[in-house]
Amino acid sequence: MSTSTPRPPSNSTPAVDSPSSASIAESWTAFRSRVRGGDLGAIPVVVGLAIIWTVFQILNPTFLSSANLVNLAMQSAALGTIALGVVLVLLLAQIDLSVGSLSGLAAAILAVTFTQLNWPLPLAIVAALAAGALFGWFYGFLLTRFGVPSFVITLAGLLGVLGLQLWVLGRLGSINIPFDSWVVQFAQLMFLPAWLSYVLAGLATLGYVGSHLSLANRRLRAGLLPEPRTTILLRGALMIVALMFGAWYLNTDRGIGLMFLLFVLLVIAMDFALKRTRWGRSIYAVGGNVEAARRSGIRVDRVYISVFMVSAMLATLGGVLAASRLAAANQSSGGGDTNLTAIAAAVIGGASLFGGRGSAWSALLGIVVIQSISSGLTLLSLDSSVRYMVTGAVLLLAVIIDSLSRRSRALHGRF
Amino acid sequence: MTAVSPTTSEDEPILSLRGMNKSFGAIQALVDVSLDIYPGEVVAIVGDNGAGKSTLVKILAGVHPATSGTITHYGDEVTLANPTDSRDLGIATVFQDLALCDNLDVVANLFLGRELGLRALDEVEMEQRTWELLRQLSAKIPSVRTPVAGLSGGQRQTVAIARSLIGNPSIVVLDEPTAALGVAQTAEVLNLIEHLRERGHGIVLVSHNMADVQAVADRVVVLRLGRNNGDFAVADVTYEDIIAAITGATDNAVTRRATLQGAIFTRAKEGLSS
Repeated sequence: MSTSTPRPPSNSTPAVDSPSSASIAESWTAFRSRVRGGDLGAIPVVVGLAIIWTVFQILNPTFLSSANLVNLAMQSAALGTIALGVVLVLLLAQIDLSVGSLSGLAAAILAVTFTQLNWPLPLAIVAALAAGALFGWFYGFLLTRFGVPSFVITLAGLLGVLGLQLWVLGRLGSINIPFDSWVVQFAQLMFLPAWLSYVLAGLATLGYVGSHLSLANRRLRAGLLPEPRTTILLRGALMIVALMFGAWYLNTDRGIGLMFLLFVLLVIAMDFALKRTRWGRSIYAVGGNVEAARRSGIRVDRVYISVFMVSAMLATLGGVLAASRLAAANQSSGGGDTNLTAIAAAVIGGASLFGGRGSAWSALLGIVVIQSISSGLTLLSLDSSVRYMVTGAVLLLAVIIDSLSRRSRALHGRF
Repeated sequence: MTAVSPTTSEDEPILSLRGMNKSFGAIQALVDVSLDIYPGEVVAIVGDNGAGKSTLVKILAGVHPATSGTITHYGDEVTLANPTDSRDLGIATVFQDLALCDNLDVVANLFLGRELGLRALDEVEMEQRTWELLRQLSAKIPSVRTPVAGLSGGQRQTVAIARSLIGNPSIVVLDEPTAALGVAQTAEVLNLIEHLRERGHGIVLVSHNMADVQAVADRVVVLRLGRNNGDFAVADVTYEDIIAAITGATDNAVTRRATLQGAIFTRAKEGLSS
């Protein structure tokens, strides 16, 4: 917890400003004071991404080609889904080290139940997700009942679940998922038709502008300071231009993969759940001050357990997507660097390791940064030794920025 | 015991505690303690360290149920077995550590655990009610949308007190509200306490600071070694009398003589102001 800076009590700010109007200049000033106070939001990661893209584009002109960006989006979806779950756990100032193993287990369950036991595909997917929910519940139970640190619980989970994955796979060790099954088609070949991508871009912008305008109206009627209409319209205009251009550019190649769209929709849904529901509010509260949350009547145990369940289910969903994209599950599914990449993505995207800070968008931004580095270095024909080192350096940089902005926030008396 | 002056309030007490005992194992934290809380009155609970002030606060908050004793709420006997009982009876407690979430803004902290809205949170309604409440308290908060970590100590105390009022309680218990504050911020909080009294809440103020107590309290209840050691109307009691009751200087003739000579005052004052 940060220390608050006592402000001179002679602070003559009137207790209640009767809200009248706010100009763009005012919101710009507010934004600048926020940034100076260390509340950087998504700025470092967006700037970082711009630098990474520029550098790789200079080094290899195919980096920003639509073909490569389409691939980048597709590669981001599975790991990004796992990272989304990690963001949730980090918001509680906990950690789940077993997300990689869980995704591997999900891949194994999907492959075995679908190809060997001939279960219908939806049932196989539900089984994989149910395994995640079960493990998530178990982690949460151990954490809340016995007070074992989640680091240790999930470290044990990492090993145990990996063992379970190998056991489920059996002696074969590697199982192919038929190419003509719809999961594989979905993950590899299904793209949004061009017209639909433009329609969706338009609808998303309309939805954004409409909801913000109606909120501004409600606030005005309630006598509160509304967001200026010009700001909303300006943002809407930027949004439609960016979305339309992005869609058009990707459509010059294969287009927007349905799997990537699914990931983005998950991020949007999670953003809503975190910001606009009691559950989300209680997650931030527990991450900020557990004792305060408990005393205000929040069922802290339930928050922990539900978050670990949702996070583990997202990990297994990520495993299902990864297996579908690979059209196979094997002993190394979810192994290697899956775990740490997912956690690194969440942190790079701006989820604080100290809990209580971050948003669902952290997962999207973080995974795009990591996959950009990976894709850029691959295009330069550098092998994975360099990739690991560069990713490690970027992660370190992200954590340093987090710590620095934390210190600056403390200095300016912000959390 | 000491001279107990009758309370000035003619109303029926909201809450009456009679013969409260609380023991932690072999330690008797409270012995036969009584307390009345009247609407629109600030009752200060003072006492030295270990006098049982915090224990009494925790009984009121429902955190530690009393071992024995009767509690009556407008004449009806009630139990305070857990925090929910306490909240349901309209007792709101502001603990010394405030229990705020630094990463959440003022609105979120005020409504934590009882957010408004059917499915999605109704931020507009919550923000409106926050401003309303802060206006009623004449509280100085620059923005209700900044994380509370950005507020000064006095403002944080204000937020914690405002939060206790969300459920419209009949009694507000404040545990050492000014202990960590500077002079001006203390004044802010004392003003706030007077506002609460004007609104008709019964207020229990636990404090070490005699100046604060004499500034806002109507009645002072002194605890000493877990027992009642005096119940004074602030208007007709001197600082020295209260100190004497706190330190036990009035316990017997010998110490009373010493009290008159002033020897113990100085020591007690030094001890208390540290």
